[in-house]
Amino acid sequence: MDSGPATSRAIEVRHHWREFCVAVAVWVAATSVICVLIWILADIAIRGLAEVNFGFLIEDVQDAGRVGGIGPIILSTGLILLVCLVVAVPLSFGTAIALTERLDKESWFARNVRRSLDVLAGVPSIVFGLFGNAFFAIALGLGYSILSGGLTLACMVLPILIRTSEQAIRAVPAEYRYAAAALGMKRTTILFRVVLPVAMPALAAGVVLSIGRALAETAALIFTSGYVARTPESLLDSGRSLSVHIYDLAMNVPGGGSKAYATACVLVVLLLAINAATALLLRLAGLHNRSTTGGSL
Amino acid sequence: MRSDQSLTIITRALAVISAAIVLLIVLFLLRESTPALRQLGWSRFFTDASWHPLSGQFNLTPMIVATLVTSSGAIVIAAPLGIGSAVFVNFYAPRRLAAWHRRLIELLAGIPSVVFGLWGLVVLAPIIATFGGSGQNLLTATIVLGLMVLPTVALLSDTAIAALPREWIQGAAALGMGRSAIVGWIVLPGARRGIGGGIILALTRALGETMAVLMLAGNIVEMPSSLLSPGRTLNANIALELGYASAGHRSVLFVSGLMLMLVVSVIVLFVSRREGTRRDG
Amino acid sequence: MITTENLCVSYNGRTVLRDATIEAKPGSILGLVGPSGCGKSSFLAALNRLTEIIPGASVSGRIQFDGQDIDTAFPSSVELRRHIGMIFQKPNPFAMSIRRNLELPLREHGIHDRQHLGQICESVLRDVGLWDEVSTRLDQSALNLSGGQQQRLCIARAIAIKPQVLLMDEPCSSLDPMSAERVEQLIDSMRGQYTILIVTHNLAQARRLSDQITIFWTEDGVGRIIEQGDTETVFNETSNAIVDSYLTGRKG
Ligand SMILES: Nc1ncnc2c1ncn2[C@@H]1O[C@H](COP(=O)(O)OP(=O)(O)OP(=O)(O)O)[C@@H](O)[C@H]1O
Ligand SMILES: [Mg+2]
Repeated sequence: MDSGPATSRAIEVRHHWREFCVAVAVWVAATSVICVLIWILADIAIRGLAEVNFGFLIEDVQDAGRVGGIGPIILSTGLILLVCLVVAVPLSFGTAIALTERLDKESWFARNVRRSLDVLAGVPSIVFGLFGNAFFAIALGLGYSILSGGLTLACMVLPILIRTSEQAIRAVPAEYRYAAAALGMKRTTILFRVVLPVAMPALAAGVVLSIGRALAETAALIFTSGYVARTPESLLDSGRSLSVHIYDLAMNVPGGGSKAYATACVLVVLLLAINAATALLLRLAGLHNRSTTGGSL
Repeated sequence: MRSDQSLTIITRALAVISAAIVLLIVLFLLRESTPALRQLGWSRFFTDASWHPLSGQFNLTPMIVATLVTSSGAIVIAAPLGIGSAVFVNFYAPRRLAAWHRRLIELLAGIPSVVFGLWGLVVLAPIIATFGGSGQNLLTATIVLGLMVLPTVALLSDTAIAALPREWIQGAAALGMGRSAIVGWIVLPGARRGIGGGIILALTRALGETMAVLMLAGNIVEMPSSLLSPGRTLNANIALELGYASAGHRSVLFVSGLMLMLVVSVIVLFVSRREGTRRDG
Repeated sequence: MITTENLCVSYNGRTVLRDATIEAKPGSILGLVGPSGCGKSSFLAALNRLTEIIPGASVSGRIQFDGQDIDTAFPSSVELRRHIGMIFQKPNPFAMSIRRNLELPLREHGIHDRQHLGQICESVLRDVGLWDEVSTRLDQSALNLSGGQQQRLCIARAIAIKPQVLLMDEPCSSLDPMSAERVEQLIDSMRGQYTILIVTHNLAQARRLSDQITIFWTEDGVGRIIEQGDTETVFNETSNAIVDSYLTGRKG
């Protein structure tokens, strides 16, 4: 360049400065995010683990949760999840199959189903709570019950479960279908004998992921499954989920902090396990979540 | 092929059910909010003297303002950190670290909002309280909300950046452009649509979040005068009052739910339309 | 101008090019030919340290620029790439206006004066014969240009920052014959002003363009140089049987 050595030197210094500042900013942003995450997890672990033992997991809730354990809570949570999955899984798999019917192009039908699912995915959880309360609890007369809560959660996890199932089905190489079709198999047979078995790990990953979402949910449950902390006797009984329990202890029960932390600890451990299971299943399915690219420049 | 046909019919029927849920939600929100809308009309939610549902005063404005303040504040926090994270994993981090960073961000995305709320209540609020007040105020809520929606920005920006043509980056490098220049001039402008989509999606998440804000914002219905004043968002209001609300009051709560639903849906549809146009050309 | 000694390139520990020793004379055109996968692109990428941004790539051996090791000659890769430009197989203009495409690297190298920028843009566009075609639409997107125009724009962009060396990786191979010929003429006209290293699969083109030629070959999956010298000499009287059959189209 026709600028003299002095100016080119100055430019270089300026470049170095800029590189340095941007690099520092990016590193600071990335590390601070990770530090906060570690801070939260460590906080939960340190304050929570002290209270967690086997007794805590099975004992009844006493004195509004200040003493005792979370046995009934775990049971209710499990039942809510069960209801949620029993409804959501068939609905999602069916929808996913319908959406992947034509692999080449998006049909009018598929496009609109997907659009409405996009909207459903964006619905605030408190709105699910309102809806569940008005529809399941009152209009259908299920009251504050595990059934209402589970059904509300089913509506909530539907979009994510459908999306993951769809991806799982699409990820099955088209050659498998062609090969099967060339053998004269019917579409139904191809689907159940060839496509779904191959897609199974990825489908399972989607289910596990949805369980994670459902476990984390609070707002949609307060006014559907309610907050009765007793052991539920049937699906029509109200039952309190882990997350609602944490909320209640933290906000409404003076002195409930340590048990809230213990419950949070249980919940986070469950979610970590779910996270690991999803990753494992996806790896089994050969669907790496693209975490190996990137690097330097 | 009878079974093929029944398969098509059954799966389509299931798809229709899935798609109809959203309509059902809108329907029920409308049905429940009709009494309030009919008796009060839209304007009273903005013109009433205050929020005293028991004495028939239904001014939602302070809560709408609090919702908007916390959500937009959350974006102000989440956007730079999220985009920074995405740039970090794509251009600054050693490969190993990049993989770990992505995993941790996904983990952050999976932490339940009550746990964020609990942490905010016990750890963050006392720190914020040193600026005055109880620590349960809009600032605390905004910070935690920002952390919660950050993974959305980070993951979507990451995807958008990783999808950029390698040739652009190599071409820019071959022209002697430094790393920061490539990021600033080529990468961020090139990925702006995806990054923008991530930010908008994060905004809908923030608008829709209830628990963390409920636990942290202080829940006093008043026009916020600063970030350090307590406030109550629409979501939190529903969560607090639906339990005991009767008749007209309950209906007003559904109106506020309807508002949230409409705002979020419009944003989502806008984004999905925008993405549709991109896919077509 | 540019010499290498025992240059080796490997990806994730797998060596793809071994012991490449070449010398590119100032102002001359050096042709690099050889069958696909023998490491020509990797070789070029090592010269301007573009291997740094290719995940898993590593380079060993010596590269000298004007008799100086490139590590000591240039304080940073950025500085190095200012002196050694590169043209890719696929034209890669940025998704911006034609003008921005040219100005961005210039601004990056410290030229901010509007008028000066305009002068440089015009002169490099004239150099690559694009001025008459685009002078009226400098502010339209560069992606609207034809492939050949895009490639010439990329060459203009590269020479705007006045490098001494230009690395070209099959610059004509994604272009239609007319555009390819246009770009070939352009490269020919640049002889003497720049030291050019050009990879091509078109042997006739290599023969027309290059002053010296280097022939790469793959043995056991590892690329190696098996012949080099003045182009005409190599084409007419090589003693290497493989080279002979490759050049006459019987192999490779
Ligand atoms: N980014 C990369 N990661 C891993 N291996 C690579 C990478 N790029 C190239 N290789 C391998 O290095 C070897 C040489 O590749 P290179 O692109 O240099 O060959 P080439 O001579 O330019 O071939 P062509 O004429 O087809 O362009 C090939 O075996 C290729 O598979
Ligand atoms: Mg090549």
